[in-house]
Amino acid sequence: MRNKYEKPHDSVKEPLIHLVRRADIPVAKAWLIRLVCVLAGLLVCALFIMSITSLNPISVYASMFSGAFGTSRRIWQTLKDMGMLLIIAIGLAPAFKLRFWNVGAEGQILIGGLVSAAWMIHLGGKVPGFFLIILMAVSAALAGAVWGLIPAYFKAKYKTNETLFTLMMNYVALQLVEFCVDLWDKKQSHSVGIINGDTKAGWLSPLFGQQFAPVVLIAAILTAAMYFYMKHSKHGFEISVAGESENTARYAGISVSKVILRTMAISAGICGIAGFLEVAGVSHTISSLTAGGRGFTAIIVAWLGKFNPLAMSLITAILAFLSRGANQIASDFNFNTYASEILTGIILFFILASEFFINYQIRFRSKKGKEAA
Amino acid sequence: MKKVLTAALSALLAVSMAACGSSTPASETEGESGNTETTDTVETDGKIGVILVGDENEGYTAAHIEGIKKAAEDLGISSDKIMWKYMIEENQACADAAEDLVDQGATLVISNSYGHQTYMQQVAADHEDVTFISMTGDTAANSGLANFKNAFNQTYQSRYVSGIVGGMKLAELIENGEVSPEKTPDAYTADGDVKIGYVGAFPYAEVVSGFTAFYLGVKAIVPNVHMIVEYTSSWADQVAEGTTAEKLIADGCVIISQHADTTGAPSAIQAANESGKPVYSVGYNVSMLEVAPKAALTSASNDWSVYYNYAFTQWLAGKAMDIAVDWSEGYETGAVNVTKLGDSCAAGTDAKVAEVEAAIKDGSLNVFDVSTFTVNGAELTEKDGCDLDFDGTADIFPVKDGVFYESDTKDGFRSAPYFSFIIDGIDSNSNN
Repeated sequence: MRNKYEKPHDSVKEPLIHLVRRADIPVAKAWLIRLVCVLAGLLVCALFIMSITSLNPISVYASMFSGAFGTSRRIWQTLKDMGMLLIIAIGLAPAFKLRFWNVGAEGQILIGGLVSAAWMIHLGGKVPGFFLIILMAVSAALAGAVWGLIPAYFKAKYKTNETLFTLMMNYVALQLVEFCVDLWDKKQSHSVGIINGDTKAGWLSPLFGQQFAPVVLIAAILTAAMYFYMKHSKHGFEISVAGESENTARYAGISVSKVILRTMAISAGICGIAGFLEVAGVSHTISSLTAGGRGFTAIIVAWLGKFNPLAMSLITAILAFLSRGANQIASDFNFNTYASEILTGIILFFILASEFFINYQIRFRSKKGKEAA
Repeated sequence: MKKVLTAALSALLAVSMAACGSSTPASETEGESGNTETTDTVETDGKIGVILVGDENEGYTAAHIEGIKKAAEDLGISSDKIMWKYMIEENQACADAAEDLVDQGATLVISNSYGHQTYMQQVAADHEDVTFISMTGDTAANSGLANFKNAFNQTYQSRYVSGIVGGMKLAELIENGEVSPEKTPDAYTADGDVKIGYVGAFPYAEVVSGFTAFYLGVKAIVPNVHMIVEYTSSWADQVAEGTTAEKLIADGCVIISQHADTTGAPSAIQAANESGKPVYSVGYNVSMLEVAPKAALTSASNDWSVYYNYAFTQWLAGKAMDIAVDWSEGYETGAVNVTKLGDSCAAGTDAKVAEVEAAIKDGSLNVFDVSTFTVNGAELTEKDGCDLDFDGTADIFPVKDGVFYESDTKDGFRSAPYFSFIIDGIDSNSNN
């Protein structure tokens, strides 16, 4: 009797398709595969559009483009979406590189935003504007860091599961925000409204006449800083070693718990700053929608970009474009928003697939094999 | 070599497929897409921009879409003059959408949710030549902006009428013995009053005004009635509305109404009704007969087309800026109504509804007649005012000649409801 786990005999039919892991792939070829996948995604979207509506896919794509870049205001709005998402992804990158699954960005953003809003409400007009902004930014970063350090401490000290812990911290932050909204909204309409709309105290002032320019600028600075931190600093090296193997890190004399705490403080602190930027630079209010699911979307960004800040910029650009585009289709063609989001989903799926084809190669059964069978 | 070949081949295949797929329709529709471009850009006349918190799948927004489309059709405004923004959250997305609509040539921008207001006001301040209407909002009058408006139907009137419908049913149940202290002891308070319930969203003035009107409607038919109000802390939460209704049912409430946007409560009430409990639902916005064929009596509703017709007429005449800062109308102009009466309604309900509606229309019946209720044991007087800015002192005094005038824009008061007294006979459990 042949052991069923034994390797198939030569005479056994070779499967038609083999997946072979690629050793490494030239950069140009990798980009070619990505391009082909995006084109294939657009093709499937076109089929979807034609099958459920009588619309012309080209005009739908034109509408998407106009939604994201049609006017200078739309360009800035797309840049703002991109910047906000990028900052969060930048924050998550070091934690994920360390294999610390920080799914708590939502909560870290909310708590940063909440602290910023609290200063705006209670100190607006009572302290100089510049001082208020600095106070908001610093305390938002600290609040975010604390929100991240709590699960990090328990992970480092007691080996608790950080995925569950950070996830739970999201709900705690969400409930705190809901509580404060009711506390600050005397009308009981469950909406704080725009804070300091008349005095604009605590608002980031526009740069070059653009409301969102400060957010975009800070995103660019943080991205560059993170690039150097990860690639060229000792900390960055420690993160990659400890992320690959804790034992190796220990052997090399790296204190893993110290790296965990430090990295999470930075990671969550940046998410807290994202909350500050959303409140001070974008929406000027606080609500349960302040994080808006971006803490989770940013995880996709960080993974797809392989924690490389520059690659992540590109991914956020695509995502921001797709979401603005989807809204525009809904508006232009009276398309249901959900239908527009299906298009975004299809394209994202193909982008994910491209990473598969970059890592694996498909081999068909060779002719010789066929003859033998 | 083989590797490169397979990759190249598959790439070629995909590219050629993509090329085929897009080239065929491109030729035949190029003109079409060109056309849409030109209508977008060459447009010189103004357009109407609409910002909606939901889409046609959500009852409250569906009612607005219907109202806008009806008004546009009646006035001959072509559909390409109206730009729609669906599923706009009550955050910066609303400001982004409003700015974008203005860029696209909107000279009238409407938003349909209360939470949009603060963003609409912000954008309105930057575009003095565009008129902005925040439906159900309450800050226009004090905004100091000539181009920022609020409108709110006198929904409390249809709430009252829906209360009449509920009261008729309650009276029937008591009369035929289905509800009695012996048979359904839970349905009575210690004082012997019959319990009714209300699923509210938030203890906000709009909600308080609405449930008070509903309660007074029931009370006009069954004088010894007591209402329990429970809040869901959300304008639309199917699950929470269902469980809140279940709690009220367990408390013994016989008629349960709602100020929350889903079918959660009627569904729960239908289930209890089917299991043999005498409990009935009075809904909001849309008819609940589909989800609660046996338990649903009617729903208090709005016909938004009345307002949109008024606003669009002004806009067409180039007088959008003259649209009333605060607009509020009710039965008099058909802006509010109750939906089709369910089969479970008591006999004679339609006649009673017609009678009450006529009395509201001709002004002989006032919903908030101060002689019909008390607050902390005393009737409201002209000295009892409403503190609109929550600074601890009353800002307006709407009681006049024995009537509390709600949404009284004729006297310069705001359109959004401001009746926020918890009257005797109502338990408002706002702290849970």
